[in-house]
Amino acid sequence: MNRIDKLFQSRKQNILSIYFTAGFPVLVDTLRTIQELDKAGVDMIEIGMPFSDPVADGQVIQRSSEKALSNGMTIKLLFKQLASVRETTDLPLILMGYINPVLKFGMENFLHKCQETGIDGIIIPDLPVEEYQEPYEALFEKYNILNIFLISPQTPDERITYLDSISKGFLYMVSTAATTGTINNFDESQIAYFKKVNDLNLKTPRLIGFGISNNETFIQACNFANGAIIGSSFIRALDGNGTLPENIHGFIRKIRG
Amino acid sequence: MNETFTADKNGYYGEFGGAFVPEMLRQNVESLRDVYHQIIESPEFQKEFTGLLRNYAGRPSPLSFAKRLSDKYGAKIYLKREDLNHTGSHKINNTIGQIILARNMGKTRIIAETGAGQHGVATATVCALMGLECVVYMGETDMVRQEPNVKRMEMLGARVVPVTSGNKTLKDATNEALRDWICNPVNTFYIIGSVVGPHPYPDLVARFQSVISEELLSQLREAEGTEDPGYILACVGGGSNAAGIFYHYINRRNVRLVGVEAAGEGVNTGLTAATIAVGERGIIHGSKTLVMQNEDGQITEPYSISAGLDYPGVGPIHAWLARTGRADYLNVTDKEALAAAYELTKLEGIIPALESAHALAALGKLKVNKTDIIVVNVSGRGDKDMQAYFEAKT
Repeated sequence: MNRIDKLFQSRKQNILSIYFTAGFPVLVDTLRTIQELDKAGVDMIEIGMPFSDPVADGQVIQRSSEKALSNGMTIKLLFKQLASVRETTDLPLILMGYINPVLKFGMENFLHKCQETGIDGIIIPDLPVEEYQEPYEALFEKYNILNIFLISPQTPDERITYLDSISKGFLYMVSTAATTGTINNFDESQIAYFKKVNDLNLKTPRLIGFGISNNETFIQACNFANGAIIGSSFIRALDGNGTLPENIHGFIRKIRG
Repeated sequence: MNETFTADKNGYYGEFGGAFVPEMLRQNVESLRDVYHQIIESPEFQKEFTGLLRNYAGRPSPLSFAKRLSDKYGAKIYLKREDLNHTGSHKINNTIGQIILARNMGKTRIIAETGAGQHGVATATVCALMGLECVVYMGETDMVRQEPNVKRMEMLGARVVPVTSGNKTLKDATNEALRDWICNPVNTFYIIGSVVGPHPYPDLVARFQSVISEELLSQLREAEGTEDPGYILACVGGGSNAAGIFYHYINRRNVRLVGVEAAGEGVNTGLTAATIAVGERGIIHGSKTLVMQNEDGQITEPYSISAGLDYPGVGPIHAWLARTGRADYLNVTDKEALAAAYELTKLEGIIPALESAHALAALGKLKVNKTDIIVVNVSGRGDKDMQAYFEAKT
């Protein structure tokens, strides 16, 4: 069974998934970051593949991506760095990035590499289900890699139900009409949206992402979903004054409360 | 090979096009896709659109016979004078269409990206006309090199937001406009300035710009007794003026369609914006098309002296016209474009935009006969480029 499915089968609540941009702040820390996140007790890790034109991201991830690229990060190098990752962690691992570099690498080649490396899922925001199904779905199945879909406050109920019906792993629930890292707390309309989706009684587990930056928002998100995804504020923490382990453990402690 | 040159229901021209947008933009794009046919084909829309094109933008734009230019190149050269439109370029055709559409959809806030500033000015203009809020994203580099247009947009009441990411040019301005749209999905309409972006934009913009070739049919019949020239030349950045002047000729195979890209310093120098010449299949701004990219699939920074052509992608319709061989795509350098601008100015008394100068520079690259009719789309006027022209002279 895929590690993502295993996680959601064994745990229904307070799941914490952390996103970081591979190659940021320094090129070589990818494995160490994963190792420390594992030790700090996170439940899942999303490894960001930096892209030159990240349109769904706010300034923090734009900057971390720019830095990672200027450090020399590429998909090829990332797979090299991750070659021994399964000696380090049993956590579910997801690669997240934009479609163009993946297509350039070659979709089948990419999925094959994912399987070889022990990657469990992929999140590509600019590969909507309509462009995914016909050419790529069978390939994802062949290599047993889960493609994670997003829903947002703008997604109509019937589309949410449809995405739920074809989803594997979990649904990535974008908390707000915003790019990543641009809000710091939830307002009433977001809570209403969380409740609405909760009431749809979806079969697929959900993680809430965008705008989770502290213990309070983490708990709020966990009240309406199986857990939460944190990206931008973790990347800010990585840029902190401590050592890499200090920055990571300090941040996760703060989130878990 | 399937050779239809209109977008299918999913926005594909052959293998190019589509709508690769994140879920946060999905609803915006889909609601536009669901209504645009119905709205723009309605008699009310058509009446308002053609009325504004005629009485506000000043259409039809003239078709000028360029006598001295014709003598020089040994062919019959006509100029389609989009430079004479209100706001100084073809961009107004599209913004008039899109703003009526936006208003019909109940949107109250307009955003746009701009490179040379011509699309930004045309958007700010129609927003003033309709009394709608207007925000224009423009790269900092472009704000410097096209300063008069920044001033015009501001005078028209638009807020011009400087974009500081990447090379600070058109691609980056487009990223920022898309981010704005993600953050403001309910009240905001994104007026895209070229035949780029996710479906339905390439089709939508091509339709609004097709007024250029529609007029050309009858103007040429009147002037020459034939609707079909031997050649049609137009510059291509994203490719909206080219799509507009090609539109009604695409299935007339006897007319040679020639798009002209910006080679910058030269296609092999790394300082170029000639996407069809150096790009590969990829996805940029929601569209599968040809894209300038490195071996890791990162989009590379284009370069051209012309801010309006300085884009690392190209409209999917052009990728398809190039792939099928229906249109030819040439490219000319900064230097050649500057020389062509001076030549047109001296021979015909018309100062073209730097973008249009690229199309004119391709005249010297065609093998033509005395009886060949060539139509060059003069997509805009050169007022905004005076600084570059002065600098080139010294």
